[in-house]
Amino acid sequence: MSELDTIGFGLVIIAAAVGGAAILTWFERRLLGVWQDRYGPNRLGPFGVLQVAADMIKLLTKHDWVPPFADRAVFVFAPTAIVVAMLLGFAVVPFGPDLYILDINIGLLFFLGMTSLAVYSVLLGGLASNNKYALLGGLRSAAQMVSYEVFMGLSLMGVVMLTGSFNLRAIVEAQRDLWYCIPQCLGLFTFLIAGIAESHRLPFDLPEAEHELTAGFHTEYGGMKFAMFMLGEYLGLLLISCMITTLFFGGWLGPWLPPIVWFCLKVFVLICFFILLRAAIPRPRYDQLMALGWKVMLPLTLLNLLATGAIALLLEGA
Amino acid sequence: MLSSLTSQLRTIWTILQHSFTKAETVQYPEQMPYLAPRYRGRIVLTKDPDGEERCVACNLCAVACPVDCIALQQAVKEDGRWYPEFFRINFSRCIMCGMCEEACPTNAIQLTPDFEMCEYDRSNMVYEKEHLQIDGTGKYHDYNFYRVSGLAIKGKDKGQASNEAPPIDVKSLLP
Repeated sequence: MSELDTIGFGLVIIAAAVGGAAILTWFERRLLGVWQDRYGPNRLGPFGVLQVAADMIKLLTKHDWVPPFADRAVFVFAPTAIVVAMLLGFAVVPFGPDLYILDINIGLLFFLGMTSLAVYSVLLGGLASNNKYALLGGLRSAAQMVSYEVFMGLSLMGVVMLTGSFNLRAIVEAQRDLWYCIPQCLGLFTFLIAGIAESHRLPFDLPEAEHELTAGFHTEYGGMKFAMFMLGEYLGLLLISCMITTLFFGGWLGPWLPPIVWFCLKVFVLICFFILLRAAIPRPRYDQLMALGWKVMLPLTLLNLLATGAIALLLEGA
Repeated sequence: MLSSLTSQLRTIWTILQHSFTKAETVQYPEQMPYLAPRYRGRIVLTKDPDGEERCVACNLCAVACPVDCIALQQAVKEDGRWYPEFFRINFSRCIMCGMCEEACPTNAIQLTPDFEMCEYDRSNMVYEKEHLQIDGTGKYHDYNFYRVSGLAIKGKDKGQASNEAPPIDVKSLLP
C-alpha cells in the first residue's frame, strides 16, 4: 500500500472503531436486556439505535467542568490518553490479508505496550481528580494492572512459540491448519481473563465499582471527558476482541466468505461473549481478584508455557 | 476452586438460556398494565342506587386521612338528608392509602384503579366535589344508607327502614 492509501485506511479504521464503540453502547444495553428479560433502549429509531445519537447530544451539551481542586492539566489529559492508546492498538491488527495499517515484526509487543499505556489514563484520572473515591479507583487500577499484565503477556508466549514470530500476520497465517484456540486453550483462557481485566470490563471493573466507589476513577468526570473514558473502555473491548480473534481464532481465515467478513463475524461473537460475562457474573471482591491473578492464573500460564515449550522441542527433535 | 468455576459456568449457561425467554416488561403507554379492581388510585364519590349522593358529610374520612388532604363542610337538605356543602381532596398530598374508604360508613368515598392524574399546575391537583362525584354506585351496587339507617327523613319515618321494626313505645303497657 502507498503512503496515502495507508493514511486513508487508517482514517477508515479510526472511524469504524469509534463508530463501532458508539454503536456498542446501544448494542450492549439491548443484549443485556435480552438476557435479563427486559427490552433495553427500544424507543428512538429502529430498535432504539438512535439512542446513541441522543446520548451523544446529551454528553456534548453538558457543562464541561473541571473541579477547582483537581490537577487541571493531568485531569484534561487523562481521558484523551486512553482513547489515543486504544486507537493506536488498532494499527497492528490485521483485518485481512492486505488490510492492515502497520505490518511490524513486533506487532504483538506493540499491542501489549499500548494496552499498558491505557492503564496510565485511568491511574492519572484517579490521581488528578483529588477525590478519595477516584484515588481508590486509580489505586485499584494500578494494582490490577500490575497483577494481570504479568500473565497477559506470558499467556501469549505460547502462541509466539508455536509461530516463531511476533508478527500478527505471520501468526494468522500459521493458523491455516489449526486455530490456536485448540493447542493453546489454556493460553486462550488466561488471555481472555487478562483481557477483561485490562479493559476494566465487568466482572473485573473494580476501578469503577459503582456500588463501593460511586464511580471510581471517573467520579469527578462529566460531559465529553467522561464520554472519552467510556469510548476508551468500549474501544478496549473491541481491541481485545480483535486480538483474541487474531491470536486464537484464525483472524480473517475461513471458507467461502471474504476475509474481512470472517474477521468481523468472529469479533462480533467474542463481543457477545464479553457482554454475556457482564450479564452473568458478579464482581469479585478485591482480594479475590488479586488471589485469582497471582495464585491461579499466573501458575496456569507458566504451566501452559512450560508444556508448549516442551512439546514444541519434542516435535522439533522428532 | 473447581466448584466455584462450575458455578460460574452454570450461571453463564443459565443466562444464555434467557435468550429465548420473553421480556417481562410492560411497555406502559402503549400497553396498559393490569390493575386489580380494588387497586387504590383516584378517589371518587359515588351515588346510591336511587341516584342520590351517598356522602352524608360525617367527616370520618377527613379524620382518618393521615395526611389531612380531605376537607368538607356538612349541610342539611330540606328533606332531612345530610350532604357535603363542599368536598375537596388535595391529590398532591393524597398518598392513596385507602383509609378514607375504610372509614366511610356509607360506602360513598371509594378508590378506583386509575392512576393517570398528572398535571402541569399543582393547583389543578385539588379536586372539588364536581370533579369527585360520579353517577354510578362504584363497587357496592345495592347499598343505600338511608334505606337501612334509623334516621328519619322526609318520606321515611323511624322504624320504616328495611330490617327495622317500628320503635317500641316504652310508656305503653300493651304487648
